[in-house]
Amino acid sequence: MSLFKSNKKIVSNTKNNLITYAILLGFFAFAFIWAQTGEMPRKIQNLLIPLCVYSILAVSLNLVVGVLGDLSLGHAGFMCIGAYTGAVFTNIFETVIPNDFIRFGLALIIGGLFAAIFGFIICIPVLRLKGDYLAIVTLAFGEIIKNILNIVYLGVDSEGLKASIDGTSYNAMLLEDGKTIIKGAMGITGTSRDANFIIAFVLLFVTVMASLNLINSRTGRAVMAIRDNSIAAQTIGINISKYKLIVFTIASFFAGIAGVLFSHNMNSFSASGFDYNTSILILVYVVLGGIGSIRGSVIAAILLYALPELLREVGEYRMLFYAILLIVMMIVNNNEKINDMKKSFMMKFKKNKTVSEGGKN
Amino acid sequence: MKNLKKVLAVVMAVALIVTCFAACGGNEKPNTDEAVLKIGVTGPLTGDYAQYGLAVKYGAELAAAEINAAGGINGMKIEILAEDDVAAPEGAQNGYNALIDDGMKLSLGSVTSGACAAFLGEAKKDNMFMLTASATAVEAIDGDNAFRVCFSDPAQGTVSADYIADNKLASKVAVIYDSSDAYSTGIYEKFDAQAKAKGLNVVATESFTKNTKTDFSAQIQAVKTSGAELLFLPIYYSEASLILSQAKTAGLDVIFFGCDGLDGILGMDNFDKSLAEGVMLLTPFTPTAKDERTQNFVKSFTAKYDKAYLNQFGADAYDAIYIIKAAIEKANVTADMDASAICDALKVAMTQITFTGVTGTDITWGADGEPVKKPIAVKIVNGEYVVM
Repeated sequence: MSLFKSNKKIVSNTKNNLITYAILLGFFAFAFIWAQTGEMPRKIQNLLIPLCVYSILAVSLNLVVGVLGDLSLGHAGFMCIGAYTGAVFTNIFETVIPNDFIRFGLALIIGGLFAAIFGFIICIPVLRLKGDYLAIVTLAFGEIIKNILNIVYLGVDSEGLKASIDGTSYNAMLLEDGKTIIKGAMGITGTSRDANFIIAFVLLFVTVMASLNLINSRTGRAVMAIRDNSIAAQTIGINISKYKLIVFTIASFFAGIAGVLFSHNMNSFSASGFDYNTSILILVYVVLGGIGSIRGSVIAAILLYALPELLREVGEYRMLFYAILLIVMMIVNNNEKINDMKKSFMMKFKKNKTVSEGGKN
Repeated sequence: MKNLKKVLAVVMAVALIVTCFAACGGNEKPNTDEAVLKIGVTGPLTGDYAQYGLAVKYGAELAAAEINAAGGINGMKIEILAEDDVAAPEGAQNGYNALIDDGMKLSLGSVTSGACAAFLGEAKKDNMFMLTASATAVEAIDGDNAFRVCFSDPAQGTVSADYIADNKLASKVAVIYDSSDAYSTGIYEKFDAQAKAKGLNVVATESFTKNTKTDFSAQIQAVKTSGAELLFLPIYYSEASLILSQAKTAGLDVIFFGCDGLDGILGMDNFDKSLAEGVMLLTPFTPTAKDERTQNFVKSFTAKYDKAYLNQFGADAYDAIYIIKAAIEKANVTADMDASAICDALKVAMTQITFTGVTGTDITWGADGEPVKKPIAVKIVNGEYVVM
């Protein structure tokens, strides 16, 4: 875009962002009022927090995939770290900090920070890689996290923390008064269910706001320059390593927060749930919502997560329907003719206005 | 262009209708017939462990049909509601809530352990009575509202080691277990401890994970070089079938001994039954048992459903419904009671009843929800279970 249009672009960006916020608030108001009337089925009530969790994940992955332009297949790994650290914190400090709200807030921060630290660490080897190679490294990373946490035993007794990777020796170590927190493949059971829809929504809103602000900042423009042409970006003095580190760390932080939310909404969860399939699922939300479109990620995550639950009525064919709908949506979303039709349809609404380009936020 | 528009319109309309039906279906069911007691269960009705989930569903439905034909319980007809959870915690939690929407008053929990533990917290809060047929992990019934029909994982591990030692099946044993699975590690840990206590020599302990469950050649080779006489397999049948066939190729000649997870191996599609010849397993149910109760169950089950689903899971679920019947009669539960009141009445009644069914005789329950019963070991001979 030329310099002359830059002012116009900022205006259209702001407008676009406001639409995103309005959609989010509308979703919240709709769900909140429906829940308040007491008419909301349990099935839907139960979906509210996971919807926020997966939206946060999709938005944060979109920062890596859409904004930075690197394909990451290990996003569930960061979620896993957040879920584990958050839940361990809550279990240890359950009696020390009796206030649910403060304890959960701390758990969120700790889970997010731990995931961010790991995001930072994984980013160092990743910096040297591009494309498929990078995707494979992130994939391997996610699997390492999952497999390690799958064999960890951690408990707390009067002597302090006890941890082992072997169940038999762990059982011998733990004193009588001990309480097991992570139990190998069984994962973590009985975490206090501190998450509620309002907190989850606030976190989603904060994630979206942070992401949009990042994209529209100086940093964001530098990151997008790297995505579009890394050599050109380097020649004008953009420090590629620095910006990659920033994006990876921020994305992992939010994935960690989503993990903490997730773990405080489940009575029991285990590392095996954060596998390759989960990472792909999040990637599907990002791709289907439109790569680089924050609003699209949220909408796709909400629709696609709720879909299999709403399809429960078709019984055994549920997953089949889900798969077919996924294929149909992918085709429809990617079809040039349909996209042209969509554009001409939108043109009718803005007859006298010029359509702004690249304003997809 | 015009044609494309038409196609698009039709696709959209279909999608809209499907989602509409899906979205509203749950709430519109009229609740006119008060004398129906709805019992809900979640389980893997699709996916890897579908054989377990469907067996539980069929077993429960069979018992419900029999009870309804005989006039119901205290004048109430029973209805089984089953939801798919693909054996995943999230699916189970969603399924449980969907069941509540559909008016479930009693829960059969979930078929698998992790899934069952996932909504236990919620069930505890709702004060929903839970009697799981087949969730074996200790955590799966951690609450005074929850009971189970089958043995727990630790109990299976201990009982297996006892059985091997007491019957002098072998002195050198090897284990292959799934370190990424709670069921498998749960049994393995107790087995290991009990085997040592009983003087068995555990010469090789090999493990695999969910991601590496196709090639077992390394583990089998390690077992072979260790000189073990018996290979203990506390795993599910899908992996066990691969181990059996790869062990044959590798020329591993040992006694194979498994737990209830192996039950169902004979019903697998495309499985060469001769591979399982001589395999021993602990299971509470054998279709070839001669007693009248088992024979009647086998006859009515096979008349209605595929024989492939005739396994311990179906039998556990069948018994679970009759156990609920016994407890309801003991506690005198009536149709006008809500789920919480039913739970309060049943959790007392459960500790007072003594039950005899197809999965055991004179079973009693403690307040912790664990059943007290004797294990039965079977051996596969000519593609059939034979009680030992």
